[in-house]
Amino acid sequence: MAKLLMKGNEAIAEAAIRAGAKHYFAYPITPQNEVSEYLSRRMPEVGGCFLQMESEVAVINTLFGAAAAGIRAFTTSSSPGISLMSEGLSYITAANLPTVVVNMCRAGPGLGGILPSQGDYRQMTKGGGHGDYHLIVLAPASVQEAVELMMLAFDLADKYRNPVGILADGLIGQMMEPVDFDALPKPTVYDKSDWITDGAKNREPHLIRTLFLDPVPGEIENRKRAEKYRQIEKNETRYEIYNLENHPKLVIVAFGTIARVCKTAIDELKTMGIEVGLFRPISLYPFPYTELMQVGEKAQMLLSVEMSNGQLIDDVKMAMQGKKPIHFYGRQGGIVPAPDEIVEEAKKLFNVS
Amino acid sequence: MELIFKKPESLTDTITHYCPGCTHGVIHRIVAEVLDELGLRERAVGVAPVGCSVLAYNYFYCDFLEAAHGRAPAFATGLKRANPNLIVFTYQGDGDLASIGGNEILHAANRGEKFTTIFVNNAVYGMTGGQMAPTTLPGQVTTTTPFGRKVDDVGYPIRVAELLATLRTPSYIARTSVHNSEGIIATKKAMRKAFSYQKENVCFSLVEVLSTCPTNWGIPPKQAAEWVGEHMVPYYPLGEFKTPEKVH
Ligand SMILES: Cc1ncc(C[n+]2csc(CCOP(=O)(O)OP(=O)(O)O)c2C)c(N)n1
Ligand code: SF4
Repeated sequence: MAKLLMKGNEAIAEAAIRAGAKHYFAYPITPQNEVSEYLSRRMPEVGGCFLQMESEVAVINTLFGAAAAGIRAFTTSSSPGISLMSEGLSYITAANLPTVVVNMCRAGPGLGGILPSQGDYRQMTKGGGHGDYHLIVLAPASVQEAVELMMLAFDLADKYRNPVGILADGLIGQMMEPVDFDALPKPTVYDKSDWITDGAKNREPHLIRTLFLDPVPGEIENRKRAEKYRQIEKNETRYEIYNLENHPKLVIVAFGTIARVCKTAIDELKTMGIEVGLFRPISLYPFPYTELMQVGEKAQMLLSVEMSNGQLIDDVKMAMQGKKPIHFYGRQGGIVPAPDEIVEEAKKLFNVS
Repeated sequence: MELIFKKPESLTDTITHYCPGCTHGVIHRIVAEVLDELGLRERAVGVAPVGCSVLAYNYFYCDFLEAAHGRAPAFATGLKRANPNLIVFTYQGDGDLASIGGNEILHAANRGEKFTTIFVNNAVYGMTGGQMAPTTLPGQVTTTTPFGRKVDDVGYPIRVAELLATLRTPSYIARTSVHNSEGIIATKKAMRKAFSYQKENVCFSLVEVLSTCPTNWGIPPKQAAEWVGEHMVPYYPLGEFKTPEKVH
């Protein structure tokens, strides 16, 4: 099959089906409604289940039940909806259950706006809900990458029995780009028979719980989870680098579609004789700290470019451990920085006018 | 010798943590007997609430999930939609179901999710120490209504069975009580129906069971049972409020 021209939201929906996720529960919110609309037609075709729930609170807890039953299920939402799911994500993580949650991030806080943003970086990567937990967080920069990361998300969720979040700015969902589903790897099938709740026939009952009143088993559970996160940090770090060959003095750090805008700016700066590199984290948790340090060490300074008010920069600082100056450029409220703005910002840092 | 009475297979040997005179244990046993009699144990997945019965999974001998507070109907929806062959039941208190989880039970019932809810109405928040519940009776003293529930301030207690029976979607909705043997027999009958409707894939089913909480009511077990009959039953009438055969 040739490449298809698809809107990001629809491509994400189709990718989930290709990953074997035939159950989708959601609550309407802009800018991701196309996923639900697509799946309300598509799920019946593939013998799946589309269910519009009464709230995001119900959605995330329905995903708990579906995961406990052993199937692949997922939801998509946007910032305010993800806030409501935070409690449930904490429970799902505590219960060591796999699920996939896509956040088509819009401007916040509060009701904010429906235009693209990266303001949920901290919410997605550092928690949101209560307790010691992490989502695995992947951030696509194109529709094709969104499709690939969607497939990967289900595998990682099953492999580590941990929820995976896709953090995409609203642009990814709204833009149309060519996608190729044929080149994608087949989903991995994990044996879940030793823990799912599918009826205690010829075996002892399976129990999926998160309450540990006794602190000793409570700590053991947390330590096991911490060990899982060490494994994830070791194995699942993903990133892309761009224009580092000529040892640029400045390295921009940016993720998602905004990293593409930065690439355009970098190409333009090159024509002016200014070399700037790019480091694009693809996995936001686990964050590629070591890899960024290796890149950043060779530069004189770094610039965090965000559609938020300085959130990614915290991880850039963690990576660089105070060794290099780190600058910030960001737009908020749903405004996407234009290449020119980034060119100007870089020129300022090089003292070129 | 012929064995005429035994512990249901669907219960474990674990001694429950419930207070003396608490009827949670009685309700557990009835559910277990029904699972046994209908041959459902091996297909059953229970969903425990947050409340005194959060540890119900220690007492039932079948698969179990422990839900977030109020969300058991959403958990059950996910289970049942993922695997329609399961027999899914939620077991929820009144704070869990009628307060924080009001929306989840309303919409699960309205979608006609084919699971069974055991709704234990003891007119207080048991686990957290006896605060007012949405089902606390008018004038009833609790730790957060020290002068009695004032209905002009916080409204009247919610009659969950009646409320859910107004939904157009077919379902089985009944209210029973376990404060005397007559009530226990009626409860078992209602639960048998509720699980049978699920087994036959007919409809959503809910049995509201009036239950005791001697500890937080501050009265001895015998008096607590009497209090159910004297005070709860008049406000919460017993019976079937809706059956799937009858269109309302
Ligand atoms: C989100 C959240 N809020 C509050 C609590 C605290 N909490 C635990 S049990 C409970 C009330 C349970 O009362 P009920 O549902 O009536 O059950 P009972 O204990 O009476 O059987 C509350 C409020 C919680 N666990 N989670
Ligand atoms: S506090 Fe009340 S509901 Fe809880 S176990 Fe004791 S008597 Fe039962």
